[in-house]
Amino acid sequence: MAIPKVCGIETEYGIVVRGAAEPNPMAASSLLINAYVASLQPRVGWDFEDESPGNDARGYRVEGPAAPEVETHLVNAVLTNGARYYVDHAHPELSIPECRDAREVVVWDKAAEQILLRSMRAAQATLPPGQELVVYKNNSDRKGNSYGCHENYLVDRAVPFHRIVAGIVPFFVTRQLFAGAGKVGSEAPGVSSAEVPFQLSQRADFFEEEVGLETTLKRPIVNTRDEPHCDAQRYRRLHVILGDANCSEVSTFLKVGATALVLAMIEDDELGRDLTLASPVHALRRVSYDLGLSATLELAGGGSISALDLQWEYLAWARKYADARGLEAVGEEVGAEVLRRWEAVLTALETDPMSLAGTLDWVAKYHLLSAYRERNGLGWDAPRLAAMDLQYHDLRPERSLSERLGLERLTTDEEVASATTQPPRTTRAWFRGRCLQRWGPQIVAANWDSIVFDVGSDPLRRVPMMEPLKGTAEMVDALLDECATPTELLQRLGA
Amino acid sequence: MSEREQRKKPAPSRHDEVVEEEASPHSERGEKIKAELDDLLDEIDEVLEVNSEEFVKSYVQKGGQ
Repeated sequence: MAIPKVCGIETEYGIVVRGAAEPNPMAASSLLINAYVASLQPRVGWDFEDESPGNDARGYRVEGPAAPEVETHLVNAVLTNGARYYVDHAHPELSIPECRDAREVVVWDKAAEQILLRSMRAAQATLPPGQELVVYKNNSDRKGNSYGCHENYLVDRAVPFHRIVAGIVPFFVTRQLFAGAGKVGSEAPGVSSAEVPFQLSQRADFFEEEVGLETTLKRPIVNTRDEPHCDAQRYRRLHVILGDANCSEVSTFLKVGATALVLAMIEDDELGRDLTLASPVHALRRVSYDLGLSATLELAGGGSISALDLQWEYLAWARKYADARGLEAVGEEVGAEVLRRWEAVLTALETDPMSLAGTLDWVAKYHLLSAYRERNGLGWDAPRLAAMDLQYHDLRPERSLSERLGLERLTTDEEVASATTQPPRTTRAWFRGRCLQRWGPQIVAANWDSIVFDVGSDPLRRVPMMEPLKGTAEMVDALLDECATPTELLQRLGA
Repeated sequence: MSEREQRKKPAPSRHDEVVEEEASPHSERGEKIKAELDDLLDEIDEVLEVNSEEFVKSYVQKGGQ
């Protein structure tokens, strides 16, 4: 049976400082995060012990310039909700804690937005008059510079990597139908506004390979970074770099929920037939540029299929899989909700896409901008529309167009507020977060798979957490309640 | 096309659920979306950044992952 699809999202946010003579995005990102963590005491740093971003899932290790670097000198904090908040590539980045299902991902992803908003307000107080720091949850500056929103999924190490690639690529190329965040125009060289006035995805312009280790150049549809942050004998962490940062909760839910489900099906070898695309990179752009949702994609084995029909096939397999095997791997209730919404969205896309204007990002943005364009007699290349595209993703509620549109919610304000400080109860993030809440001063560092305590005269003590599903509230709450000090906890754990 | 037929016609109970989700331009949900959009368009210029051209030009990011 497929293993539980523990999952998470890490988002690089866009950042600008208005009114600054020479804006420095790295300094601004540090200022932003420092302003937030300064309001939280104590502060715990990230532990780089297990970082090995050069390992390749195809079975070798890359050394030298191709290996992504971890910038150890920049600000890097662990939050009590189990998240990591840091500066990466001149952007503020927040990795939400490990979650058990897609709905939890939506809650902690929305909590991340709130953390960024609070950070913005805290940072603003330290800026000179006339300057304003603003953060955007998007993926491009419209000038060819892109930054990512990555997903992570726990996968059984026993599944051959080539099977994951074969099964997931056709799904990845077409999931932008519901997961795309929408973009005015194209940033691909030589593509005019007349050819592509608007497209489904923020990121499709930036992908050049089908499979590879890169994340900043020649980006691949399937990233092969092999850095499981857990027991490497048993697990992989599939690192997905393809996706857009979504403002819509439904888009995030379906993106993560359907992907987790497809991965479970691949693990159990339950996909119906080979839908390998003849040219996945070309197809990715073709789908993104096709507002009529009718373009066909060539299959490697001959014949062709539309993006919608390809998604219908995956959904039909998923229904069959659910009936035969159940949905425990993605959470029974959440899995059923994913199936229901997946079908509703495909049906609406097929019959009346604009009925999703209150639901999915790209439709909401397209619907709003089209109406504004018509009312004001603008061309798609008008700066006003480009500005609205950016402002859709502004995290300030009073400025955010996605906020103004009042998109359908799956979360409540209360649970999102709670998730800014509380970890998910369902994964090892609970143990990390609860230890930080209770014994922050005695924790010198933490990372995904361990916590390092300083309990005084002894050497530093590392508590390994190699199992993502050990350390849940159910498993450790009694133990944590019984321990008054970290020394007691370490004794009980035998660490 | 038998597979297509099969998936377009899910089991009856599921089909009922799906129908409720559908919305045509004339449906209640479609009308609601349109009315709300009109309201938003009426007030949107107050929310938008004043100088679009300058705003778009100055929005420059370093490439990331």
